[in-house]
Amino acid sequence: MSTHSNAMPGSRLESRAVAPSLIPATRLMYWSVQRELWEYRSIYIAPLGVAALFLLGFLISTVHLANKMRAALTLDPMQQQAFIQQPYEFAALLVMGTTFLVAIFYCLDALHGERRDRSILFWKSLPVSDLTTVLSKASIPLVVLPLITFVVTVVTQWIMLLLSIVVLSRSGLATMLWTRVPLFQMWVGVFFHLVTVHSLYYSPIFAWLLLVSAWARRAPFLWASLPLLAIGVVEKIAFNTTYFSTILMNRLSGGLDATPYPMPAGMPMHLMTQLNLGYFLSSPGLWIGLAVTAAFLAAAVRLRRYQGPI
Amino acid sequence: MECIEARGLRKAFGTTIALDGVNLRVEEGRILGLIGPNGAGKTTALNAILGLTPYQGQLKVLGRDPWLERDQLMCDVCFISDVAVLPRWIRVSQALDYVAGVHPKFDRAKAEGFLAKTTISRSSRVRELSKGMVAQLHLALVMAIDARLLVLDEPTLGLDILYRKQFYDSLLNDYFDRSRTIVVTTHQVEEIQDVLTDVMFIDRGRIVFNCSMEELESNYLEVIVRPEQLAAARALKPMNERQTLGRSILLFNHVERDRLAALGELRTPSIADLFVAVIGNQASHAQGAAQ
Repeated sequence: MSTHSNAMPGSRLESRAVAPSLIPATRLMYWSVQRELWEYRSIYIAPLGVAALFLLGFLISTVHLANKMRAALTLDPMQQQAFIQQPYEFAALLVMGTTFLVAIFYCLDALHGERRDRSILFWKSLPVSDLTTVLSKASIPLVVLPLITFVVTVVTQWIMLLLSIVVLSRSGLATMLWTRVPLFQMWVGVFFHLVTVHSLYYSPIFAWLLLVSAWARRAPFLWASLPLLAIGVVEKIAFNTTYFSTILMNRLSGGLDATPYPMPAGMPMHLMTQLNLGYFLSSPGLWIGLAVTAAFLAAAVRLRRYQGPI
Repeated sequence: MECIEARGLRKAFGTTIALDGVNLRVEEGRILGLIGPNGAGKTTALNAILGLTPYQGQLKVLGRDPWLERDQLMCDVCFISDVAVLPRWIRVSQALDYVAGVHPKFDRAKAEGFLAKTTISRSSRVRELSKGMVAQLHLALVMAIDARLLVLDEPTLGLDILYRKQFYDSLLNDYFDRSRTIVVTTHQVEEIQDVLTDVMFIDRGRIVFNCSMEELESNYLEVIVRPEQLAAARALKPMNERQTLGRSILLFNHVERDRLAALGELRTPSIADLFVAVIGNQASHAQGAAQ
């Protein structure tokens, strides 16, 4: 069984030795992440849109800002600060909630969509490994979205403060804002919260969703949620215990007690961050979660290797 | 040098055997047509060669194990699997950027050159292009890659005849340079007959026919037999006999040209006719064995 050769100038063959991959891993990663941003534009459009809507609402609310500030003056300092900070914290929560939702739906589609539209055959025709692909997809909820959340939050809060100062400049209350809205402290808090909770502590959730997305032939959302629900129900019925659902709820609630958010006022920021960071890093939940993340991602890499279009 | 070498390649999906001990060798610089009926194992064989599916047996493509080294292999291998695998959301410019970003052997200027000959706009999304334009775009991307093996699995499925003709013309004129290897599967056999250097038939997971086009032309002859010579012709054991417009056309293998010339009008069989003869015989043998 051989095809016979003719018309084969041998000299040309020699110049075509097998060349090693010349593209560095960082460049492969860069373009793989870039392609996710091209495909899933909601990654940046959703938080920007929500922030823009919030700012619009905030702008309208500044009509009453001077009155509100005067009312706040009658409160004691602690309550005053909490009252003034409230909209800024709300803005941060809104952007974070949005990107968390985006992350969930992104993960469920990331390895499913390319099989559904058959484009996996195109991606696999290029010299990019399954490991690079899965890691680039995992980096969206673990790195890219937290970064976008941080930047959008910072810019939004800046604009809020500037708007308020402009509005209050005539009434002479503007200086009060500078002292009552500790923007820099809030940003450190937001950043810490994003890195510890949204990226590290939630990582097994995202890895699980990616795994289901690589495995399910259809309805990845149902496959990601119903089996977990079923385990909880079966455990409750069979043993009348709730260990599994407790673990899940702890994970979903983000282990809030481990982070400085919302932070008590008056405590030096750097000290508190260090204290909480130590507590956070020594909690077994973090490390078990990261190990589970690694296992789920490894399984997703393996699945992508075997899977073709559906 | 062998571009593809397979020994005892097997692959089963549950109880269905897709590849049943395939042995094959494709040397560099060939254009091989892999022809087979639906479900014969063509796509499975190509998927194994491309590292898209695990298999049993030995397989080396450009000296590499495709299943274990797919990403490395794809530096030197390109494929167009079916039509319409380009993601529908991608813009033409993004596709160029991405392939230029990840492929070490992609020549962007070359791809831009091919695209300049078409009406495809850089800012269009794939979903806005016609099926023919998507095929042109994919071909432009692939032809700009300095690969050693190009695998085409039904590359022109669903395209009209103008695009199909143009597809193979540009492949031959602008891409093939006798040091590359091309493996192509298609059902439109007649259209690639002049393009191929080798042809292989696959049926029920086995290679049932394998020869170069030169061998095919020298060894296989079709005779439009004059009615009075029919008995004499049948005595020479034709591979196949068929009736067209009241004339008997007999296909012979390894029978001297002079002896056949006495029986009627000679001509080189088309791949399609040969395919029907070979696969048809296989099918009737199988039926005979079953009975």
